[in-house]
Amino acid sequence: MTTTAAGAAVVDLASTSLRELNQRLHDLAGDDPQPRGWQILNPNGAHAVACGLDAPLDVEIAGHVGYYCAGMNKRAVVHVRGNAGTGLAENMMSGTVVVDGNASQSAGATGRGGLLVVRGDAGARCAISLKGLDIVVGGSIGHMSAFMAQRGSLVVCGDAGDALGDSIYETHVYVLGRVGSLGADCVEKPLREQHVAEVRALLERAGFDDLDPSVFRRYGSARTLYNFHVDHAGEY
Amino acid sequence: MCGIVGLYCKSPELEPRLGEYLAAMLGQMNDRGPDSAGVAVYRDPAPDGWTKLTLYSADTGFDWDAVGGEVTDARARHAVVLVEEDAAEAEASVRSRFPELRVMSAGRTIEIYKEVGLPSSFVTEFRLHEFEGTHGLGHTRMATESRVTTEGSHPFSTGQDLCLVHNGSLSNHNRLRERLRREGLTFQTENDTEVAAAYLTWRLREGDTLQAALESCLDTLDGFYTFLVGAADGFAVLRDPVACKPAVLAENDDWVAMASEYRAIAVLPGAADAEIWEPEPTVVYAWEKEPVR
Repeated sequence: MTTTAAGAAVVDLASTSLRELNQRLHDLAGDDPQPRGWQILNPNGAHAVACGLDAPLDVEIAGHVGYYCAGMNKRAVVHVRGNAGTGLAENMMSGTVVVDGNASQSAGATGRGGLLVVRGDAGARCAISLKGLDIVVGGSIGHMSAFMAQRGSLVVCGDAGDALGDSIYETHVYVLGRVGSLGADCVEKPLREQHVAEVRALLERAGFDDLDPSVFRRYGSARTLYNFHVDHAGEY
Repeated sequence: MCGIVGLYCKSPELEPRLGEYLAAMLGQMNDRGPDSAGVAVYRDPAPDGWTKLTLYSADTGFDWDAVGGEVTDARARHAVVLVEEDAAEAEASVRSRFPELRVMSAGRTIEIYKEVGLPSSFVTEFRLHEFEGTHGLGHTRMATESRVTTEGSHPFSTGQDLCLVHNGSLSNHNRLRERLRREGLTFQTENDTEVAAAYLTWRLREGDTLQAALESCLDTLDGFYTFLVGAADGFAVLRDPVACKPAVLAENDDWVAMASEYRAIAVLPGAADAEIWEPEPTVVYAWEKEPVR
């Protein structure tokens, strides 16, 4: 294993198996991993890179990753210097995951905590069934995003695709651009002071502090689908 | 599941290595479709007035010279035969004289090879690295809708120099198959993709452009699909409105590539720096040297 000048461990997936890499990272579970910094070379679209981490690690991936990168992440900072495939940071619990490029469908699905930043676009079903994670997307998101999203927030600096927030619960959704259409029971809501503050804080954490948080539009649940009501039977 | 790959050479310098790259791409999609594999390659146009047929014989000892054309290639129970007839005559002639053979493809440039078994074995058995050509597409199959057979493998021919590969499953193929039978189309399997291929064949026969035929799939086909359609001058991609079946497109100055996953594209020269994006649902993406029809 080689190290960078800053002391980070360098693992080249062209010569080290993915399983070996993930095992090494899993073996560091705890409060004081050594080394803390990791650099992963040649991911070439491999699946499940840096999945299931549970330590304050700082992992940089130099290239494009495949499915389920940084899934279930706890405490670690995972930075992808490229694009990510399906299921990025799925069910992440805490920590930070940053993707410099685009992410495919279901980014941040069921995420429970922490921060996910996609600097480019995210595909369909971004933030599906979100449960507490905060997501900031620098570009646009695809259709059926925030479907049944329960907690946490989704900030989109570009456009949103069709059926945004279908059957949404209490996730806060903010979009700067155009929304293709809203899903069942999702409505636009007034952007109050506390919401501007929330957007501002998230943009700052994500490094998009040149955007004006007061011009985002806010979407959320009309709360008509929470309990069965015969007048809404057609919407279930 | 299933895996799809496609490569279109923008730079002629890439053409001698088409097979090598297709083989590497298919190898990456091995675990998405371990049941069978196939490719369509576009190369060596037949002379004017001639048709190029790719034929398949279940019997490994078949004497290809008996077909009565010029045999230009033979590998793993497949052979490429040039005949001085138009495509319809050539196909009909082979079917009536050799009912035991399957016509895999017919046209001027297309060749289709497909077989059951692991894609990694297919690549070796068919010596894929030898192929030179302008473009090609491939498929690795994880069967869901019908049996694992050579005939049920992809690509499916959809007319002269046209073929289809599919990731997904169609739910209204039985009804549509009956409708297409009434239009005179014939079927070799119970496979859903064969119905989609026949549907495209029918629409193109009725005068639709490839673009229009693909767009009409959005109204006619019920189910999940990412389609890659090969044509003499290029290829086209379409995803259904829900778009749960993956697709990645990438392009640079030398090539255009399509695959189910980026890892299949990562094997190409310059992939990491190519423009990479996901095709939008319901939008037809096409690359062609000249109009596809």
